[in-house]
Amino acid sequence: MNALASEIVRDTGAVSAADLARGGHFSGTIGDITTPDPRMVCREVNVWYGDKHAIKDVSLDIGNHQVVAMIGPSGCGKSTFLRCLNRMNDTIDGCRVRGSITLDGQEIYDKGLDPVPLRAQVGMVFQKPNPFPKSIYENVAYGARIHGLTNSKAELDALVETSLRKAGLWNEVKDRLDQPGTGLSGGQQQRLCIARTIAVSPEVILMDEPCSALDPIATAIIEELIDELREQYSIAIVTHSMQQAARVSQRTAYFHLGDLVEVGETTQVFTNPRHKLTEDYITGRFG
Amino acid sequence: MHTWTLLVALLAAAALAYHVGRKRAIATAGGSGRINTLHSLPAYYGFYAAMWAAIPALLLLGLWLGVQDQVITTLVKASLPPQSVAELTPGALGLLMNDVKNVASGNIASGAVTPAIQTAADHYARLQHLARWTQWLLVLAISVAGMSFAWSQTRPTMRARNRVESVVLGVLILFSSIAVLTTLGIVLSVVFESWQFFQKIAPSEFFLGTLWSPQTAMRADQVAADGAFGAVPLFTGTLLVSFIAMMVAVPIGLMAAIYLSEYAPRKVRSVAKPLLEILAGIPTVVYGFFAALTLAPVIRDLGEQLGFAVASESALAAGLVMGIMIIPFVSSLSDDVINAVPQAMRDGSYALGATQSETIRRVVIPAALPGIVGGVLLAVSRAIGETMIVVMAAGLTANLTANPLASVTTVTVQIVTLLTGDQEFDSAKTLAAFALGLTLFLVTLTLNIIALHIVRKYREQYE
Repeated sequence: MNALASEIVRDTGAVSAADLARGGHFSGTIGDITTPDPRMVCREVNVWYGDKHAIKDVSLDIGNHQVVAMIGPSGCGKSTFLRCLNRMNDTIDGCRVRGSITLDGQEIYDKGLDPVPLRAQVGMVFQKPNPFPKSIYENVAYGARIHGLTNSKAELDALVETSLRKAGLWNEVKDRLDQPGTGLSGGQQQRLCIARTIAVSPEVILMDEPCSALDPIATAIIEELIDELREQYSIAIVTHSMQQAARVSQRTAYFHLGDLVEVGETTQVFTNPRHKLTEDYITGRFG
Repeated sequence: MHTWTLLVALLAAAALAYHVGRKRAIATAGGSGRINTLHSLPAYYGFYAAMWAAIPALLLLGLWLGVQDQVITTLVKASLPPQSVAELTPGALGLLMNDVKNVASGNIASGAVTPAIQTAADHYARLQHLARWTQWLLVLAISVAGMSFAWSQTRPTMRARNRVESVVLGVLILFSSIAVLTTLGIVLSVVFESWQFFQKIAPSEFFLGTLWSPQTAMRADQVAADGAFGAVPLFTGTLLVSFIAMMVAVPIGLMAAIYLSEYAPRKVRSVAKPLLEILAGIPTVVYGFFAALTLAPVIRDLGEQLGFAVASESALAAGLVMGIMIIPFVSSLSDDVINAVPQAMRDGSYALGATQSETIRRVVIPAALPGIVGGVLLAVSRAIGETMIVVMAAGLTANLTANPLASVTTVTVQIVTLLTGDQEFDSAKTLAAFALGLTLFLVTLTLNIIALHIVRKYREQYE
């Protein structure tokens, strides 16, 4: 694996935005795509929507107890890549995925592997809060009920409480667990969705622009929460806000037109980007 | 010199007015190069003039046609020799006037044509001739007056476009109120006749009585029942047939909708959905004879083999076929609401490791449930009001029974049998149909209001 990885990591540094715009060959990702303690390992992942080549040869590790931020202009493929990690792309017609993605060494695109339990291990929080039209309690208990995680009402109650506590929502909703989840504010709904995801004890949590529909205060609360969750889970987050990426993540990956342009420590990527495209994006020249 | 020639003349006048009004507008602007100094495009001034030429004249014509006959008849009546009219009843006077009109128009009179009738007929014809000419002159005069008014109004600052559009708005309101007023008229006539019925038969007997036998003697020497108007057997019959229909339509329709909206590949869906909706296009009379001639005998034979006594016209046969007819209602309404459940709901469920069927059962259906219930209620009101299938397949005997193998009758079937053929409108038997119709109308109206309310409330949830 290391041999393969070192082969893929080629520090060319010579590809300019103009080259890419002209359709010139993109020679490879800059920076270290590996981490010492990876949870998920993605190698040469390609995605097509019909004829559209949405992700081109992307290789990236998702580190244990680490937040990886994926940034880049709209349509660059960061959300598509995220959805590959729990096979959510399977639900889209005409979407093909090639390459290797492993979770704890297990190939997730293996023919024999059922994507359904995988999604319990790799949970996902979406851009727009999408609580089910059920009570707050039932929203959190949903996954546990499906997977039969608890044996008694008391255990389920305890699971709902711990999940809501971890999501920092317990104190706000403990007196109205039987009220509909759709009646909460946007930020509370998003934390409810996080609690719902935590309740099935995933190993990895994917977040697809989790704060883009929220106001700054709700955003700050979620960002704080992400930082706490890192101690127990591995997190991959797609964001349009570079400040958010800088605040919550340890590693940052910059995507451009389906290519993974640059990966590195968040501080390095934001203070000293090595690729022209990354620099242009971060300094706000486009995107 | 018929009225329609006058209408054609008015149309021509309007066309002329359009042309003149348009030209006039261009002239007041100072030539075709200065159209931009006009408030509106020249065509609007043309339409404005055409409206003034046509609408007041048409209103006058309508009014005239409404009262002309009455005025002439009154005048002719007054001219009749008083001694020949004095002892006539209103009915006989009406007959006499009919004779006068018939003679005047050259038709055959009911009896011998007396000189008095002949004189009156001549007078009638003369008046009609006069009226027609006056009508022509007056209507055309009004048209010309309207046209010249529009002419005098036409100047660059006149806001012709706004005025034309307000008239268009008026026309739209008029036409939409026709539909509303027609409904209102139907409701009022049903209410009025039902009121008469309840003067003869107490509402308590109608709504609580369990014996329905509406045949009454039409002549004193006829042997017939006294007539019993307890409508409970009809209500239970209607409910039984509708219940069987819903037992068929709801599960089949709902499952079809779930398959089509959630599982079916696009190709299957594009073929299967229209095919299913063809069911809704089959005339109900075809369903009716399918039920009466094909399904009912099958059910009877089957029942006999199993040792049940089955009537040849059973509630089961009618209900089954009606259920099949309603499947497309349930399935296409459910399909719509299931599709309206946001994809984000499904994604959220999949992302927690739920399978497709778990997602449908625990998230999609509960989210769509209000809409589905609304659709089902609409289907119920359709089932209750359905007539042709039950007329052909359910039978006429008013049995108070919950046995689906027996013959029952429904409200709609009884309305049909009460009103087909010649009827006298002062007997309780005929008026009973209106009371039944009113009951039916109130029930379906209530169901529709509830259903639409539920559906609307559900729509708001995701918009």
